[in-house]
Amino acid sequence: MTPRLNEIWVYLAASPLLGLTVTLLAYQAAFWLYRRSGSHPLANPVLIAVSILVLLLTLTGTSYQTYFSGAQFVHFLLGPATVALAIPLYTQFRRVRAMLLPVVAGLLAGSLTAILSAVAIGRLLGASLPTQLSLAPKSVTTPIAMGIAERIGGIPSLTAVLVIVTGIIGAVGARYVFDAMKLRDPAIRGFAIGIASHGIGTARAFQVNEQSGAFAALAMGLNGALTALLLPFIAPWLGAV
Amino acid sequence: MLAALTQLLIFQLAGEVIARGLDLPVPGPVLGMLLLFIALLLRDGPDHELQTTSQNLLQHLSLLFVPAGTGVMLHMHRIADEWPALLVSLLFSTLATLVVTGLVMKLCQRPAKTDGETA
Repeated sequence: MTPRLNEIWVYLAASPLLGLTVTLLAYQAAFWLYRRSGSHPLANPVLIAVSILVLLLTLTGTSYQTYFSGAQFVHFLLGPATVALAIPLYTQFRRVRAMLLPVVAGLLAGSLTAILSAVAIGRLLGASLPTQLSLAPKSVTTPIAMGIAERIGGIPSLTAVLVIVTGIIGAVGARYVFDAMKLRDPAIRGFAIGIASHGIGTARAFQVNEQSGAFAALAMGLNGALTALLLPFIAPWLGAV
Repeated sequence: MLAALTQLLIFQLAGEVIARGLDLPVPGPVLGMLLLFIALLLRDGPDHELQTTSQNLLQHLSLLFVPAGTGVMLHMHRIADEWPALLVSLLFSTLATLVVTGLVMKLCQRPAKTDGETA
């Protein structure tokens, strides 16, 4: 690098502009690939964008903190986007009311399965206790999961990563699981994706079908609330057993 | 768009204030979603602006997870040590959750449906 270029880099590396721009560029490249693949679940845009960014930050020796000072503007929009989920929910409200029993039963069964199976498998394979507790809220959306992890003695930023990976697994795998189960109702498919893999699954569901998306949004909201209520009570017991 | 975004932020703020004020374990944005949903029921649906703004925001919901996901960088050590347990746990737990939720809902729904339904 010439001294002049070096100076520009020093300036850019310290300003939020670069982190923000690079996030948007990586995502658009990822989304273009996703569309090019015919919306194939394996070409998940979050997975591709994160891979691009990690590679880029590692190669340029940029710290995550520096990157996040720019990317936080995107991260912040998770809040209003969560609130905005009320609109598709409202649009599908009639259908939801007609399915009250399956919705409540699915929520309870799914939420408990998500928490207990993650912790049990982690423990069986020798994960440390903080890691197990970071795994517990992995099926709920990032801001909620991080809050829960902090409360129960997990590691919030590790939870954020586990949540994202869970989302990607759900978004990628759901279609194959449901097809194997011969489960075709878009409402049930959407709801199960929302329970198992929160916002990333919901994003995928919206890309496939509007009704699936609305049910996924509902499931994500309900599971976020239920897990936030349940885990502080279950966690001490998980730590003790 | 501005008015709609302001509305969303106000509901988030209200959710945050209530959750913290009453010491509820539910996160602010989720409570905000619930409040907006109730508001929509009371005033018979969203106006056009709120509808389009939300649609635009939700269309790129995946983008909003990218900054947090990139945080994987911070945990390379722990992940290097514990990755088999983490990977197997996430994989099987997520798939099990999909199967259990789908199955339970299907079973609960069946009595209401006629038997003639085929794919």
